[in-house]
Amino acid sequence: MEFDPTFLARIQFAFTVSFHIIFPSFTIGLAAYIATLELLWIGTGHERYHRIARFFTKIFAVSFAMGVVSGIVLSYQFGTNWSHFSRVVGNVIGPLIGYEVLTAFFLEATFLGIMLFGWNRVPRGLHVFSCVMVALGTTLSAFWILSANSWMQTPAGHEIIDGVAHPVDWLAIIFNPSFPYRLAHMVTACYLTTAFVVLAVGARYVYSGRYPEDGRTMMRMALGLICVFAPLQAYIGDAHGLNTLKHQPVKIAAIEGHWENEPGASGVPLVLFAIPNDETERNDYQIAIPHLGSLILTHSWTDTIQGLKDFPRADRPPVAVPFFAFRVMVGIGALMITVGWLGAFLLWRRRLFETDWYLAPLQHIWPIGFVAILSGWFVTEVGRQPWVAYGILRTADAVSPVDGWAVATTLALFVFVYGIVFSGGIYYINRLIAKGPEGAAVEPPVGVPTRPLASAHKATRAAINNPGE
Amino acid sequence: MFVGSGMEWYLPVIWSLLLAVAIAMYVVLDGFDLGMGILFPFAASEVEKDQMMSSVAPFWDGNETWLVLGGGGLLVAFPLAYSIVMPALYLPVIFMLLALVFRGVAFEFRHVADTSRFLWNIAFAGGSTLAAFFQGVLLGGFVQGIKVENNAFAGGPLDWLTPFALVCGVAVVAGYALIGSVWLVMKTEGAAAIRSRARAKMLLPVVLVFMAIFSLWTPLAFPRIAERWFTTPNLFYLAPVPLLTLVLAYAVWRWLEKGHDNLPFFGVIGLFLLGYFGIGVSIFPYLVPPSLTVWETAAAPASQVFMLIGTVFMLPVVLGYIAFVYWLFRGKVREGEGYH
Repeated sequence: MEFDPTFLARIQFAFTVSFHIIFPSFTIGLAAYIATLELLWIGTGHERYHRIARFFTKIFAVSFAMGVVSGIVLSYQFGTNWSHFSRVVGNVIGPLIGYEVLTAFFLEATFLGIMLFGWNRVPRGLHVFSCVMVALGTTLSAFWILSANSWMQTPAGHEIIDGVAHPVDWLAIIFNPSFPYRLAHMVTACYLTTAFVVLAVGARYVYSGRYPEDGRTMMRMALGLICVFAPLQAYIGDAHGLNTLKHQPVKIAAIEGHWENEPGASGVPLVLFAIPNDETERNDYQIAIPHLGSLILTHSWTDTIQGLKDFPRADRPPVAVPFFAFRVMVGIGALMITVGWLGAFLLWRRRLFETDWYLAPLQHIWPIGFVAILSGWFVTEVGRQPWVAYGILRTADAVSPVDGWAVATTLALFVFVYGIVFSGGIYYINRLIAKGPEGAAVEPPVGVPTRPLASAHKATRAAINNPGE
Repeated sequence: MFVGSGMEWYLPVIWSLLLAVAIAMYVVLDGFDLGMGILFPFAASEVEKDQMMSSVAPFWDGNETWLVLGGGGLLVAFPLAYSIVMPALYLPVIFMLLALVFRGVAFEFRHVADTSRFLWNIAFAGGSTLAAFFQGVLLGGFVQGIKVENNAFAGGPLDWLTPFALVCGVAVVAGYALIGSVWLVMKTEGAAAIRSRARAKMLLPVVLVFMAIFSLWTPLAFPRIAERWFTTPNLFYLAPVPLLTLVLAYAVWRWLEKGHDNLPFFGVIGLFLLGYFGIGVSIFPYLVPPSLTVWETAAAPASQVFMLIGTVFMLPVVLGYIAFVYWLFRGKVREGEGYH
């Protein structure tokens, strides 16, 4: 049996990088959240913040370990699976990753030791400082790796000598055209993703009547962030899209499912749904709104954008993946805004913690941020194809000279090992959540009416949700 | 070999030294973590296992980061070498990384796990042992040489699989187990420390035998290495290396006998560095033995300079806060005591 090494290497990288990004997406936000909780603890003296910080630190430890081990794999895969990529763009990409290790990885890994194990060993101030350092480390890591990725999307500040990229202007390389947008978009996405996990955990505690006090704090804090960041994300996303239109128009054409500007028609429609067909170069089953595409992308009624057919077939990405993944991402973005503002409205009306129809489904909303982030990366990475470094190196030319069977073997091993690790991680995180914050009142103090209308159901629910108690 | 002077000569030399430091830091620091994992199945009880794990829990993540710096550093400073060595050692690199995945998550999962704890004990010990073994295989695969044509790897996926590389794998397992045992002598109290001391005395001669095998096998099998060591005047300059090794090994043995807690650990670090220096002497200036040197595989000078500036500023800071954390968690871990 013949294996296509390039295809296998792509599947393998897509698998390992998708697996990896789940954990930093969560820990970037969670580190910032824990640091905030500890600062509030110091500032207000409320034990509640300390308790929630300790609780989430345990979840952080498990997630961070999974992020670290899957991240180390990536730093070697550039060489094992994409050796020509390393050779051609190593002069530029290498230092960006080097700076990530020196400024971010050591910072987060070292202060993590104090954050996890220093609770009873170091003064409170130093513990808070360590949490802030871990949060800073995770964010710096995002800075460098997104700079490297953005350079692969919109290379700048380099020259090609004998087929190899050489740096000319480091500032232009680091702050390449798509980087500020990608950084803002991704960090905001991480905060939102974490906020939805916190919101779901809080809702679970409030709804089940266990640890309601801590649950309410989690929900309030999460909703506060979501109400601001979810709409902000829509704005950043739009700006990022316009930046992509300028630098990678064919990616936008794929996202929009826009094959060509038909003669005589004015403006670009917004395709709500379709099944893009790469063979026939048209959309099947299309539902579209005329002119709306022009309005969003060109901020005019009749201006057009380039269609897919304006580019040679060999330079187009596969259309279906960016097309659908984009719609998933935007759909989740709209859901986030709705859930956030609805929650804020209920909070304002003082009904949030009693509104069962809102709380019950909210317990299960935690994955949406992860799905949105993965979709977003599918849009931008598949949309970059057939290039690995846009306009410099094609993916097919970047692969290592390794036999297909060896890549197939390691791919199978990755699926097997990551399958075990992922299942274990989800299982243990869920276990930590079920256990709840240590030292928290399981029931609210007597005389504090938390859910007056629903208090009768509370005992029943606690029994249903925690049969072991 | 590169003949020339100025920046294009110095930069690759500086970078090969920096890379050597990063890898040495990794081998010593993650060496004792992994060694502790290799010794894990021999712990007398779950309590002793907890104690062993607690002795490295605050550090392991930072220790493993040196591995990223090693791999990342090779990409930064010598992208051509990185693009040849990694595909050549494709399978052992990925096997090692997967073993480290199990080892790493086992730290956290084991702590949370209840009935499934024994599974993560196995994952931890197995992951640590296999990671050490494949690191040794990588060393062997690297020293024995890589087939290169047109600046790209030109061999097959199993080229690394030789008796020499496998022996190197076992040797590294023994070496890490030794440094793990003297770490536990230093960092634990009670029964765990006593048992570790006995184990260290058992492992020390084993490691010396492996060092001897390596020192004889490499010059016999690879003329380039024989030439480096056994021609004058090199012979005179290099003769102290094996002599120092023997003296230091004897000292470590005596320290273990006399009941010293900390000296054996630092003595074993010395042994590691001597062995490491010996390997460096055998290899330098080749970064893809036996064909490509540090100069031929170097990144663009602009890239090496840019990274060097950051390293000069950041490395002392990094070493500073790492030292701080080791100081913070100084002292011995008692039975039943954990940081969690």
